[in-house]
Amino acid sequence: MEKHLFLAGHTACYGCGEALGARLVVDAAGPNIITTDATGCLEVFSSRWPQSAWAVPFIHSLFENSAAVASGIEVALRAMGRQEEAKVIAQGGDGGTADIGLQCLSGMLERGHDVLYVCYDNEAYMNTGVQRSGLTPYDSDTRTSPFGRASWGNRYRKKDMPAIAAAHGAPYIATASVAYPKDLQAKVKKALNIVGPKYLQVHVPCPLGWKSDPALTIKVAKLAVETGLYPIFEMENGVVTKVRKISSPKPVTEYLKLQGRFAHLFKKSGGEEEIKKIQQIADENIRKYGLLSETAAAKVSAEKE
Amino acid sequence: MVRTFMEGSKAVAEVIKLCRPNVIAAYPITPQTHISEELAQMVANGELKAEYVTVESEFAAASVVLGASATGARTYTATSSQGLLLMTEVLFSISGMRLPVVMTCANRAVSSPINIWNDQQDSISVRDAGWIQLYAEDIQEASDLQIQAFRIAEHPEVILPVMACMDGFILTHAYEPVDLIEQEEADAFLPPYQPQYYLTPKNPITFGAMLGPESYMESRCQLDRALRGSAKIIEEVAQEFKKRFGRFQGALIDTYFIEDAEIVLVAMGSVISTIKEAIDLLRAEGTKVGLLKVRCFRPFPREAINRALVGAKEVLVLDRAFSPSSGGVLTTEVRAAFQGMERAPEIKGHIVGLGGREMNIETILNIVKDRRAVGREDRFVDLKEALLS
Ligand SMILES: Cc1ncc(C[n+]2csc(CCOP(=O)(O)OP(=O)(O)O)c2C)c(N)n1
Ligand code: SF4
Ligand SMILES: [Mg+2]
Repeated sequence: MEKHLFLAGHTACYGCGEALGARLVVDAAGPNIITTDATGCLEVFSSRWPQSAWAVPFIHSLFENSAAVASGIEVALRAMGRQEEAKVIAQGGDGGTADIGLQCLSGMLERGHDVLYVCYDNEAYMNTGVQRSGLTPYDSDTRTSPFGRASWGNRYRKKDMPAIAAAHGAPYIATASVAYPKDLQAKVKKALNIVGPKYLQVHVPCPLGWKSDPALTIKVAKLAVETGLYPIFEMENGVVTKVRKISSPKPVTEYLKLQGRFAHLFKKSGGEEEIKKIQQIADENIRKYGLLSETAAAKVSAEKE
Repeated sequence: MVRTFMEGSKAVAEVIKLCRPNVIAAYPITPQTHISEELAQMVANGELKAEYVTVESEFAAASVVLGASATGARTYTATSSQGLLLMTEVLFSISGMRLPVVMTCANRAVSSPINIWNDQQDSISVRDAGWIQLYAEDIQEASDLQIQAFRIAEHPEVILPVMACMDGFILTHAYEPVDLIEQEEADAFLPPYQPQYYLTPKNPITFGAMLGPESYMESRCQLDRALRGSAKIIEEVAQEFKKRFGRFQGALIDTYFIEDAEIVLVAMGSVISTIKEAIDLLRAEGTKVGLLKVRCFRPFPREAINRALVGAKEVLVLDRAFSPSSGGVLTTEVRAAFQGMERAPEIKGHIVGLGGREMNIETILNIVKDRRAVGREDRFVDLKEALLS
């Protein structure tokens, strides 16, 4: 059996993308790290005393201070001349990162701490039972952005966290997905070799919150990328240096229809209009990040003519 | 030992420097600001080899020292009022993880209405956070408290955070001659911090785990026991400090003319000096008045208070913080200390000096003079009736 640093026996749901994401991250980072985590699913399912899934040093304090705790660890190592001992990885969910923890993250990025911040983006507050966050996608049905006679679900688009991190001058920013573990792990390794603050946002499906089949976690994650809804890219010193190209973009319906959180779009009349808006978001991403592979781009322009 | 005339904040910063903290994180707020500015300058001058983290809030300041302390560093922060309340969540996290962080709280009133002047509503409002709380009477004591705070916090039988409280402006911004110890003396008194558990890949442990109904209560009980147990160490450290440096301003409590006192005033912080002067006047007139200074509010020194007040007929407690609709917090706790005892003095509560309202010798003399007018409800002293209508 392979030796992991994030151990089996934790209590995540079947098919939990976040558990997989965390394991990929710490395995890629190796044993010489110190990790922090915000309150959220990951912390709850991994660290219930007297057990712990963490074979690396781990600290959880609160929901909104993972980045500040990591800042403290990093300066402490430096102050005591122990900086060779460990790299610091801060972790949090999308809520702990983009909403309540944004201030601490901003401070960490701005001060230039040598920390890799990893946001496990399952696109809602899952630990408290699926409420919307700043990273919940448009029209998603959550307990605080419910679908109803007067609502299509979440009214807002995803907050552009990588751009916010980039605005702080962070030298390395990337997105990744559990659907592409090698890419994710390569990014973790690369990030840890860059001095300064790094931000990595990992798309991690949550079968419970997304109302998707736990057996399809990887498929769902892959479709998010293949439709253009979750662009996978790297930004170095403020410029996008690499994107995961899409050879033939799938229509967003393929992604949406696998998830109960979007089921209302297919049931209620007027849903087609909403799906069009979501398709537009995907198309915008494709343009903005230049996601089309050369063959796909040629095909698209041929179709237009 | 060198005696220097200096500002209270400067004296505190000088002693913090002697304590060789590895990591300092603080955020400006009046009246704490001078302390963190002084430390920033010391680091900038290269006199103090510490990481000084210019955080974006007090919440982050507390979180940064939390992380640093868990990594095995000696850590320090300072704040006041709104800053302390913004830290509240982290304060509980620090004590719950048993991290020996030291903080100076420059006591200030709490908004709203906004008021930057002194009372003790800030630190008293976080009395349940599981921190040791010590209150200084003057600048000398405020500076001496800092090094004692580290000794207590890091003592293997304690391992708890300590809040060294000093009244804002009255002690932070005033100038007094202060005796400062030398670096070698400080090093001998406060050896480097040697944590038993800390974050390191050499021994990968989990901090801040989740505890369910089957174990959470025991963890809280352990915190309670540790805090109670720290009383002994607070006492020992104060005695050792006295032995080495010749200064002693109390351990858990201190007293003044209490032996034969019929009336005893009870208070915390800088008002103690004013009370002592008032007592001198009253004693000269033949009134048998004494003083009980509560130096350590957490752990609450119930037994020491019982013992000190056993002979008193009347106890007049002065509170600089209160729980609306319930009364002065110190009063409530002193009263509770006598619950179930056969002999208890009459205990009367006085809420004084909120938001910097002046308290002088006259105020104290009047409290003693008017004591019979106070009933079961605590009295707000020197209220301006015209403003209340
Ligand atoms: C200050 C504070 N507010 C609210 C909560 C309740 N809470 C705990 S976890 C959580 C949501 C976590 O969401 P996210 O960060 O996205 O992580 P996930 O559980 O989805 O992995 C909330 C709202 C809390 N613990 N602390
Ligand atoms: S609710 Fe979602 S994120 Fe939380 S453990 Fe279950 S699958 Fe994972
Ligand atoms: Mg989430």
